[in-house]
Amino acid sequence: MGWRLTLRPYVLIVPALLLTCGILYPFGLGLYYTLFDFSASKPQPDMVRLENYTTVFTQEAFWNSAWVTVLYAVGAALVETVLGVAVALLLHRSTLVGRVLEKILILPLMIAPVIAAIIWKLMLQPSVGVVNHLLRPFGLGGVQWTDTPTGALLSSIAVDVWVYTPFVAILALAGLRSLPTSPFEAAAVDGAGWWYTFRRLTLPMLWPYVLVAVIFRFMDSLKVFDIIYALTEGGPGDSTVVLQIRAYLEAIRFQRYSFGISYTIVLWAVVYLAAMVLVKHLGKIQRRAAEVTT
Amino acid sequence: MDTHVHDRRRFLALAAGAATAPLLTACGTGFGGDDSKSDGSAADDVTGSFDWKREKGTTVKALLNKHPYTDALIADLKSFTAKTGIKVEYDVFPEDNYFDKLTVDLSSGRASYDVFMLGAYMVWQYGPPGWLEDLGPWMRNSSATGAEWDRADFFPNLLQADQWSLKAGAPLGQGGQYALPWGWETNVVAYNTEVFGKLGLKPAESFDELAELAGTIKRKAPGAGFDGMYGIAVRGSRSWATIHPGFMTMYARNGLKDFTVDGGKLTPAMNSPEAVAFTEDWARMVKRGGPPSWTSYTWYQCSSDLGAKKAGMLFDADTAAYFQAVKGASPASGKIAFHPGPKGPDGSLATNMWIWSLGMNAKSKKKSASWLFLQWATGKEHLRKGAITHNHIDPVRKSVAEDAAYKDKMRHLPGFLETFETVVDQTKIQFTPQAQFFDATTSWAAALQEIYGGKGAQSVLDGLADDLAGKVG
Repeated sequence: MGWRLTLRPYVLIVPALLLTCGILYPFGLGLYYTLFDFSASKPQPDMVRLENYTTVFTQEAFWNSAWVTVLYAVGAALVETVLGVAVALLLHRSTLVGRVLEKILILPLMIAPVIAAIIWKLMLQPSVGVVNHLLRPFGLGGVQWTDTPTGALLSSIAVDVWVYTPFVAILALAGLRSLPTSPFEAAAVDGAGWWYTFRRLTLPMLWPYVLVAVIFRFMDSLKVFDIIYALTEGGPGDSTVVLQIRAYLEAIRFQRYSFGISYTIVLWAVVYLAAMVLVKHLGKIQRRAAEVTT
Repeated sequence: MDTHVHDRRRFLALAAGAATAPLLTACGTGFGGDDSKSDGSAADDVTGSFDWKREKGTTVKALLNKHPYTDALIADLKSFTAKTGIKVEYDVFPEDNYFDKLTVDLSSGRASYDVFMLGAYMVWQYGPPGWLEDLGPWMRNSSATGAEWDRADFFPNLLQADQWSLKAGAPLGQGGQYALPWGWETNVVAYNTEVFGKLGLKPAESFDELAELAGTIKRKAPGAGFDGMYGIAVRGSRSWATIHPGFMTMYARNGLKDFTVDGGKLTPAMNSPEAVAFTEDWARMVKRGGPPSWTSYTWYQCSSDLGAKKAGMLFDADTAAYFQAVKGASPASGKIAFHPGPKGPDGSLATNMWIWSLGMNAKSKKKSASWLFLQWATGKEHLRKGAITHNHIDPVRKSVAEDAAYKDKMRHLPGFLETFETVVDQTKIQFTPQAQFFDATTSWAAALQEIYGGKGAQSVLDGLADDLAGKVG
């Protein structure tokens, strides 16, 4: 029996180990590839060391894509957080209506983002789309939603918000329902108003849950591809070419494999750093929330 | 015959699998290069008298794009199997992800598919890495190719379009035959005869007239009972496909070039003063008379707008209009006529074309059977049947174009045959062959969108030319 007990932890760790290798091997290989000038036109490439990265960082296109990616990620995560928390607060207070809405709320999450983007592309079509049709009585029926750089970016963020706000709302609602009741009862006895209670009690205690949602949404938004590609293909011009789209175009469409992978490695580094900062912040927030609760 | 129209999940799984293949190869053997390629062609192994049955019992795998031409091919596949004893398995993908699938599959270095559809531009991308079989030796081998295949029956410009020396800037029609023309499209103007009649309009003979006409229709058609109609449908999405139909046709009719070639060196020419002026005019025409939400317009939206009476004109592939014009296909069917489109300042009707070609995977293990399939699919018998009983129009063969039954079928479409006959000899690929074609034209489409959005044409096109100068060569 003894040797079985000794071996058990090692056996149990095997799936995780395999999974880790399955992640690290292609990652390492991708990283290795970026040191070459491998492309369809050069199947026997030379070692170029860090030249792909220096080219990436000196390209105007990269900085444009980086800026668009940050705008998109910050915009989407911010709006989704505010709306998600607001919806959660409403549902938390409601009764029958709240329970019905709760069921409906998760519907967008059940649709593949690329399908959602295609549906919205049709709905935003200026002449036959339902959005302009509904706006027409208010004299706003001629909006060219995705024809301008700003419009295309805002429309893409709007689709992201439509798909993922329920995710934030569900997490926030779960958080709200798990909060202790005694601090709120004490606040009510002291005659605290709604806004004061929200600011001083609800929000500090809810922050850890909200921050988890923010981390997920921010990371995902930095890596967005499907919504934007289906809605605008990165246009007009380069106005919605986020880093993932740039990487896809370089690696798959234009077959500059090493260069395309370099873009994804840079994106990975950005996401990784952002995640580290946010997770560190999450720890602080959790400690602070625990202080409020006690 | 099996067919699998794949869902997204399966496509992604296949693409991911195929994409990892070269990565895995890289570790052991150095990037999966083409070390095993021999100088001799497998066509040399075919000897003796020609025999359709020589590969009886073999199965060939084909990758096909969803298209009416494909439908005609699939409908006739039983004839091929009966003639050769070769079974054909095929996968059909929608055009949105067809070329990504094909690119990933070919770059994996595996022979998942023996034969596939491709455009002539793809030869420039797939040819240099050695992914395409040179069909020249197969065509020249009388043991492999039946006498009735008749190479001379093809329109010469079509056969030449798939022939290239793999050198950037070198003209087409020299070097290896990397694909065979199977179906094609010439870019012309199709128009709604009803709105033209009501407003007393005539097809434009110059580009200025076309722009004027587009604006007039957009202004006047809604008041004449064509609610929401705009002037001219042209593509505008951020894709290479935006550049090659109407835009490149008119660009070429103005005597303009995408690149100049000097001693094998390519220099971008889309920022020459004449090109800048033309591009500005094109963007202005789209603004005055083009579709709303133009920057998302693909051939599909353009074509359906003509059919739905939302567009008064279409400057695109003749097939895009044809599929709306046939009886019962759309609200505008029976009211669509064809015209060669505006002439250039010197009367030029130079026209850009798209060729659906068929190619063979250089890694295929069934090249002999695959060649029989290509030979049959591009042969007179199948193409005649496809043109007459299906919608495989715009024949690549002269004998089909001149066939009385084909002419009878097409005659009811006003101006179709006359337009086809007017432009056929002047239709060719107007781009300069080079491997960075897709990067160049995608960036060009993005530049066009920026100019449409109000940015200065000269600075945008200068930026494009600077960017491309470092990439092509």
